[in-house]
Amino acid sequence: MDFYNIVFYLFALITVVSAAFVVTTKNVIHSAFFLLFTFFGVAGIYVLLGADFIAVVQIMVYVGGILILLLFGVMLTNKITDVEIRTGTIHLLPAAIGVGVFMGALIAVMVWTNWKSVPTEIPLTTTKTLGNLLITDYVLIFELLGILLLIALIGAASIARRDKE
Amino acid sequence: MLQVGLTHFLVVSAILFSFGIYGIVTRKNAVMVLMGIELVLNAANINFIAFAKYGNFGFSGQMIALFVIILAAAEAAIALAIVLNIYKTFLSVNVDEIDHLKE
Repeated sequence: MDFYNIVFYLFALITVVSAAFVVTTKNVIHSAFFLLFTFFGVAGIYVLLGADFIAVVQIMVYVGGILILLLFGVMLTNKITDVEIRTGTIHLLPAAIGVGVFMGALIAVMVWTNWKSVPTEIPLTTTKTLGNLLITDYVLIFELLGILLLIALIGAASIARRDKE
Repeated sequence: MLQVGLTHFLVVSAILFSFGIYGIVTRKNAVMVLMGIELVLNAANINFIAFAKYGNFGFSGQMIALFVIILAAAEAAIALAIVLNIYKTFLSVNVDEIDHLKE
């Protein structure tokens, strides 16, 4: 067991355990905080796969943006009387059985398929390469995503602020 | 077996995906359903980046993971705007109670 493996198992454990807590705790705020650990664990896994820029983007966008947005959503859609904001659950048992079977099948496929596995040497920093690709091969998608983000911004603002007449 | 390879990353992603589906199916609160969707998107991203490293596809996988993150941000903003509107109209965000299209 070298250092790489130990770090991988550590991050995998953090990710899986906190994801399990996200979907099982009753308290919505606790779920949001466990989601923070899941995102950090996934960012660690990205680093282990040699995607350092994606890991930084993951932390900045997910933790700095989406998680805060979700917390705002929780705070704005509950009558806040105390810190306990609970969520109900429906058909737990059928969902647990179905998802258990599904997870088993998925893991079996992942383990037993003979994947083509040629570990490529990824350079130490990927930022420059990704930036070059973004304005050469992927420039159309880049522009489209810029327009999409603008539309999402305007749309979200106009949907959330619509007043009842 | 203990030596980390492509399969280990795929298994972590499969577990994360299943937990996300479980959260989407069982939670009543619409914001919690969104958290499940984020878990599913993260699982897909791990797959993209794992195959980018082990499948010898160059940087395409990492680029697509970047695009997925951008789309997730846009989706979360729009979805929360809709959830806020639903709360204003029905005074509840439980997805099993909101089953009519007008007030």
